[in-house]
Amino acid sequence: MEENKNQVIVEPTPEEEIVPRAKRTVNQEQDNDLIALLQQGQKKRKKILSIEKIAKNDKKAARIRKIDNFIKIFLATVIAAFFAVLFLMPIVLTISNSFMASSEISSNYGTVFATNANGGKVYISEKVNLKFIPDMVSFSQYSTVLFKSPEYLMKFWNSVILVGPIVLFQLIVATLASYGFARYTGKVRGVIFFAYVILMLMPYQVTLVPNYLVSNWLNILDTYWAIWLPGIFSPFAVYLLTKFMKRIPNSMIEAAQIDGAGEWQIYRKICMPLCKGAICSAAILVFIDYWNMVEQPLILLADGEKHPLSVFLSKINSGEVGLAFAVATIYMVPTLLVFLYGEEYLVDGITYQGGVKG
Amino acid sequence: MDKKVKLTKAKTESSSEERAKKVKLARRKSKRFRKLKFKSGLFIAPSFLGVMTFFIVPFGVIIYYSMLDNPISANYVGFANFKSVASNEAFLTAVKNTAIFSAIAVPLAVVLSLILAMVLDLNIPGRTQFRTFFLSPMMVPVASIVLIWQVLFHNNGAVNDMIMKFGLNRIDWMKSKYSIVVIVVLFLWKNLGYNMILFMAALASIPKDILEVAKLESANPLQTFFYIKTRYLSSTILFVTIMSLISSFKIFREIYLLTTDYPYPTMYMLQHYMNNKFKKLDYQALSAGAIMMSLVMVVIIGLLFFIEERFGKDVEG
Repeated sequence: MEENKNQVIVEPTPEEEIVPRAKRTVNQEQDNDLIALLQQGQKKRKKILSIEKIAKNDKKAARIRKIDNFIKIFLATVIAAFFAVLFLMPIVLTISNSFMASSEISSNYGTVFATNANGGKVYISEKVNLKFIPDMVSFSQYSTVLFKSPEYLMKFWNSVILVGPIVLFQLIVATLASYGFARYTGKVRGVIFFAYVILMLMPYQVTLVPNYLVSNWLNILDTYWAIWLPGIFSPFAVYLLTKFMKRIPNSMIEAAQIDGAGEWQIYRKICMPLCKGAICSAAILVFIDYWNMVEQPLILLADGEKHPLSVFLSKINSGEVGLAFAVATIYMVPTLLVFLYGEEYLVDGITYQGGVKG
Repeated sequence: MDKKVKLTKAKTESSSEERAKKVKLARRKSKRFRKLKFKSGLFIAPSFLGVMTFFIVPFGVIIYYSMLDNPISANYVGFANFKSVASNEAFLTAVKNTAIFSAIAVPLAVVLSLILAMVLDLNIPGRTQFRTFFLSPMMVPVASIVLIWQVLFHNNGAVNDMIMKFGLNRIDWMKSKYSIVVIVVLFLWKNLGYNMILFMAALASIPKDILEVAKLESANPLQTFFYIKTRYLSSTILFVTIMSLISSFKIFREIYLLTTDYPYPTMYMLQHYMNNKFKKLDYQALSAGAIMMSLVMVVIIGLLFFIEERFGKDVEG
């Protein structure tokens, strides 16, 4: 079939037409050369035609590729599912265990926590019994935590009181400052901003020493102010919002200026509405950071009564293990709610951070 | 505006670039810009004053303290405090442990999160759900899941239970040299999601046409990864590495919650050292320690800036 096709294609180009008229009279040898050239051309055509063959094979290849792709995606899904199980397990376990009665908890995990407090004298069972589904769903943990032992709720309230003002005022201070940084960039401001970035990246233990000193001078040690004030002026939100505000097109601001808007109005009426998303991102990131705080209260608040729930949870002893899961869950709920509500903002916030320079 | 005209006229022979610079300078000196500079400066003022009083000024005082024998008699002793801290055994173990931990945890955090991001970059079913799952540990306060970690890694815990089923000897995870595994796992659990988001954004920003051309040129996936993707990811990989390095210095919180003040020696980190000095209110050791730590951090952050400056533009520009 294919050879026939070749001939059909080659036939309509006889020698006479291809060999230039002027050279027809020249000797036969040259003609032979030309014929040789023609034959080369034929070979090339054959090659071109064989591409048709490839096209046929291509369909086969496509099928193979499809299967290949399927296997790839299947493997990827398996990997993802494996990691997802590992990632979710601690969270799911904490929540599901919070619905067990205290007796079930102590019979499951007795060995782990009893040895912590009583030096191993309490013998319940040698093994830990990791259970996802409680034998009997009971709200006894929650009822004890919520109604019978107020100290947990007090600690939870401490956490709220510590974190709420920090998030609110840090954002107010930060939106102002980031407007200033984004609106005008000079050498001095560049240096200040660089200092902010370095401060942001420092581990707490470095900044805690200065914090402690200042709190000592201002006589606010052991009060909430010692945690509020450094928190409010923490440079993280400034950094994040400045990065975002620099993206606001200058033409917009200039247009507002021509219409007679002052700096405050530009800030209030143009930058703030445009930055809503970024402010949400910053709020979420600041909130997680401070809800999770341990070091600051540990050092700046000597009075255990004022400690947030995070510090208190680590000091739970064997007698209270029956409640610990419920307390842990209650502590987790606000962050999980924020997460489910604002996941997109969180993702955006992290993405803005990608690249430290402003 | 007049000045601008004058300046540009006076130096007609200077190159256009220089002229542009001069114009910019002249504009900076103009009244309008001075006003803008001042007004926008006012916006920064509250934050700047706060940062000065709570971070920068006291840090200067710390540098001063680190050079004294004690705050009351205030004799200048030069670098003696640094020397005594640097030769302190507890400090050295802390440095060693922190270094070991970072050396193990950071590469794992980068590689695993890149794998996760690439897995999610393929269009697998339930992609957004998986992203949510991987990101959720970031949101959960460590204090809440510490209980589970204790249950898992206790000597009689669930992990040992599994190990023994396979006929191996149990390991006392919390109280042996393996304790580092426990923290690394916790660190990865907490930080992979964050890194993954950064990688996902970087992967999404690779131009699709380049990948398609590579496919047409019959490049296999490995070639596409090494010759194309890594080039586009290079700055993100560096950024993620350094951010992981920085967060690996912050691991104290997790260890404290797991073991309170007295962890097994291999878990004794730099921050434990600082914390214990706080309890004794040893200002000299504290200041010297903080300064040394901040110097290390400044070097790392400087590296980050340098790298961004150097390689960040490689692909973008």
